[in-house]
Amino acid sequence: MSSLTRDERALSSLLFLVLTGFGFAFAIGGRGDPLAAHGWIMILFGLAGLFMMLRVWSAPNPPQSSYDEYFDAPTKAGIILALVWGVIGMAVGAWVALLLAYPDFNLAGPWTSFGRIRPIHTSGVIFGFGGNALIATSFHVLQRTSRARIPDQFSPWFVLVGYNLFCVLAASGYVLGITQSKEYAEPEWYADILLVLVWVAYFLIYIRTLMRRKEPHIYVANWYYMAFILVVAMLHIVNNLAVPISLTQAKSYSLFSGVQDAMTQWWYGHNAVAFFLTAGFLGMMYYYLPKRAERPIFSYRLSIISFWGITFMYMWAGSHHLHYTALPHWVQTLGMVFSVVLLIPSWASAGNALLTLNGAWHKVRDDAVLRFMMLAAIFYAITTLEGSFMAIRPVNSLSHYTDWTIGHVHAGALGWVAMITFGSLYALVPWMWKKSQLYSKALVEVHFWLALSGTLVYVFAMWNSGVIQGLMWRTYDESGTLTYSFLESLVAMHPYYVARTIGGTLFLLGAIVALYNVLMTIRMVERTSENVAPDLPATAPQAVPAGE
Amino acid sequence: MSAPAPDRDPVTGRLTTGHEWNGIKELGTPVPRIVFIGLTLGALYLIVWTILMPAWPGINSYTRGLLGIDQRTSVEARVALARLERAEWTQRIETEPLATLASDPQVMNLVKGYGKTLFGDNCQACHGGKGVGNSGFPNISQAPLMWGDDLDTIHETIRVGINAAHPETRFSQMLAFGRDGMLGRSDILAVTDYLLALGSGASVDDMTHGAEVFAFNCASCHGDNARGSVDFGAPDLVDDHWIYGGYRQAVFNSIFTGRAGHMPSWEGRLSKADLRILALYVGWLRENQP
Ligand code: HEC
Ligand code: HEC
Ligand code: HEM
Ligand code: HEM
Repeated sequence: MSSLTRDERALSSLLFLVLTGFGFAFAIGGRGDPLAAHGWIMILFGLAGLFMMLRVWSAPNPPQSSYDEYFDAPTKAGIILALVWGVIGMAVGAWVALLLAYPDFNLAGPWTSFGRIRPIHTSGVIFGFGGNALIATSFHVLQRTSRARIPDQFSPWFVLVGYNLFCVLAASGYVLGITQSKEYAEPEWYADILLVLVWVAYFLIYIRTLMRRKEPHIYVANWYYMAFILVVAMLHIVNNLAVPISLTQAKSYSLFSGVQDAMTQWWYGHNAVAFFLTAGFLGMMYYYLPKRAERPIFSYRLSIISFWGITFMYMWAGSHHLHYTALPHWVQTLGMVFSVVLLIPSWASAGNALLTLNGAWHKVRDDAVLRFMMLAAIFYAITTLEGSFMAIRPVNSLSHYTDWTIGHVHAGALGWVAMITFGSLYALVPWMWKKSQLYSKALVEVHFWLALSGTLVYVFAMWNSGVIQGLMWRTYDESGTLTYSFLESLVAMHPYYVARTIGGTLFLLGAIVALYNVLMTIRMVERTSENVAPDLPATAPQAVPAGE
Repeated sequence: MSAPAPDRDPVTGRLTTGHEWNGIKELGTPVPRIVFIGLTLGALYLIVWTILMPAWPGINSYTRGLLGIDQRTSVEARVALARLERAEWTQRIETEPLATLASDPQVMNLVKGYGKTLFGDNCQACHGGKGVGNSGFPNISQAPLMWGDDLDTIHETIRVGINAAHPETRFSQMLAFGRDGMLGRSDILAVTDYLLALGSGASVDDMTHGAEVFAFNCASCHGDNARGSVDFGAPDLVDDHWIYGGYRQAVFNSIFTGRAGHMPSWEGRLSKADLRILALYVGWLRENQP
């Protein structure tokens, strides 16, 4: 916090005061509504922030020399936050999995019923774990590949703190029963407004830093990160257009209804997958994988072509979530064809990543960190092949509503999103804390095998159960009547749900090992010796005009 | 800004472009041919398929597609076809008397298959697998039925429900003798013990108080010998089937606070043929007690 200038400290204190003020307004105005609980959370958050500001109130401005170094404090905080949210989100995921196998494991009545903890899992892992990892790595990649420092200290902290407040409001809201009932967009209007502010600040950081860059070209990873930021802003704003029933109540009503609402939601939902869970993490991959492998990207041009392919085609694909519904047939056709063609830029990205490893395969063998990234690229290829296949209407008529979708989700979420994140964070941690190496290579190895086996058990269990489920629901006998009841299909799922719980628990253990290893690296490992090439921004006064 | 001169990558033998970002060089590998082939094939597929199928929106309408396919018409056609195929047997089931159907092995084959699925989807959640019941939900495959167990009666029970929303619903209630002050605690305890003794086959000769309470308050519905009455839908209290449990506390509670089970009505939710199949299935379960 002492890295903030005095003006920035004053501004932060003011914002924490405003937050506390809103908190009181909600806590008092919203008495009798779940909103009051969120008021109290905001008060606590605001007061804690104020307290931290007051403690460093009289500290001097940071020395001018700090502007000659990259600004990494928010990245460090973001790494820890990502790992902590990851452990929480995955632990809740394992609990959700347990509930599906043994419904009696609901510990606290309505508060921890399936419908409330499931979104804690999804938001916890996607926003808490994935989002914090994206924010942390994007700040790092942005500065290094531009050779420019983020222009100020306030805005990255505003983004990180505001974003985590959003995550806390989301997760605590679900327990209290606050939800818009839109998957991945459950938080209510006030949390949504907060996220818009955070996101605008995030985008501005990108633009301002890129304008100061000392490299003639913008590195491809930044294109992906920027697409992630820009498109998520657009999706978030449109899908959350809603009217609160009053300013002192949490509930709101969407501006859309009926099939338009469904289409807006899945336009959002699918592009959240595309730009949050894909584009952002591709940005991560395009920096940390070549860095770790010490190889140039196999074909830089291909990475740009894939970028435009993915960006353009994903936008059309949302309707594959609504095949065979009230959505008009023509919208489904468009969603389907674009999803199928999407396979080409997707595989081009995965292939580009794997071919980058040519000349570095011996490192993949020896270095579990790089192996995480390699495996992520493979799972990315598997998931997108599967996705394009599932988007074909007749295939979807089998897979939709079944665990096959869940298997696809977690092939992507565990195999791709989580693996690329763990690989990147393992690479990043020693750089950030200026450590010579990770605390334990052996533990990374342990984590790798836990993650791989957990993912395989999870995904195979869900593929099996999904296909069995889908077939049982559509098996007719000669009289033209259904052969199985729904209950029979549930009974058939049970062993797979148990297996999924085990696979998920393995994966969770791996995440805990990662958190431990990172914390021990920070505490125990000695600093890098001074004679390593310094990691500093270019201090040249003037940037080269873009396009050179 | 300080673009280093292009150099040659030792692994691929290709030139770099001279651009470099924090140590990552830009390698000048051209985009592989296969990517362009893939994109071209993809574009062809996209064009052809969207010409064949309903696809592109205009202002007021959309292109219908050369094949003239639409999900709405195709699903309607398939439903009509399926209905036609099923008409062969649904017609018989809807019109012939249940007793006749029950003696036709072909029909009963259908009942054993489809009836089981219907039962699993609609009844099993309350009545349990094979209809053996759960606490609060009666065993309908082994216990004597409260409203009678010939097929037409069972069908009627399923059709209108018990204490349900259907205008013709069956209606039955076990009064709250304790809560509503009709009987004191000691009376209820006496009649509870009396019933438990009856059920276990023990002698009730010296339980005159319990017997008296029963005769005065309960026999009108449950019958003089407590074997139940189909006129009131009052259950047999002597057999060892209990809806709410046969241990002392549960029986006491039934008498103290009363009971009114809710069996949903199924007319309107299930087709006529399905209702009759379910009646046949329950009948079949009762005959082949699992
Ligand atoms: C919501 C739970 C529920 C469902 C679902 C349900 N039942 Fe019932 N059913 C009951 C209850 C409770 C009773 C007993 C009512 C009473 O105690 O008066 C009952 C009673 C019955 C009886 C009459 C018992 C008698 O003694 O006369 C039959 C027959 C029956 N159910 C059949 C079915 C069939 C067939 C289905 C499926 C179509 C079905 N039930 C679905 C709760 C249910
Ligand atoms: C108005 C008619 C009526 C009278 C009078 C009546 N009952 Fe009932 N009783 C019922 C009905 C109907 C049920 C079934 C309730 C249900 O399942 O919803 C029932 C259920 C019960 C049950 C629970 C049976 C089980 O399977 O768990 C007990 C015990 C019982 N009665 C005892 C008595 C006793 C003892 C008396 C007299 C003090 C009495 N009843 C008087 C109608 C009556
Ligand atoms: C410890 C590992 C994990 C376990 C045990 C786990 C378990 C689960 C379970 C049980 C569900 C509910 C499935 C259902 O409703 O049928 C679920 C849903 C989901 N999980 Fe996970 N999960 C894990 C990790 C992750 C990660 C790391 C991510 C994302 C990065 C993720 C993303 C999701 C998503 C998006 C859904 C919703 C899927 C849908 O609605 O189709 N999960 N998870
Ligand atoms: C070419 C790329 C992809 C295509 C075409 C695609 C297609 C699909 C399809 C058809 C569904 C099922 C919709 C349904 O039946 O309800 C789906 C669900 C899903 N996919 Fe993908 N997918 C792709 C890549 C990915 C990736 C990389 C991830 C990363 C994690 C991912 C995450 C999800 C999630 C979370 C869902 C579940 C949404 C929900 O129902 O809650 N997908 N996808």
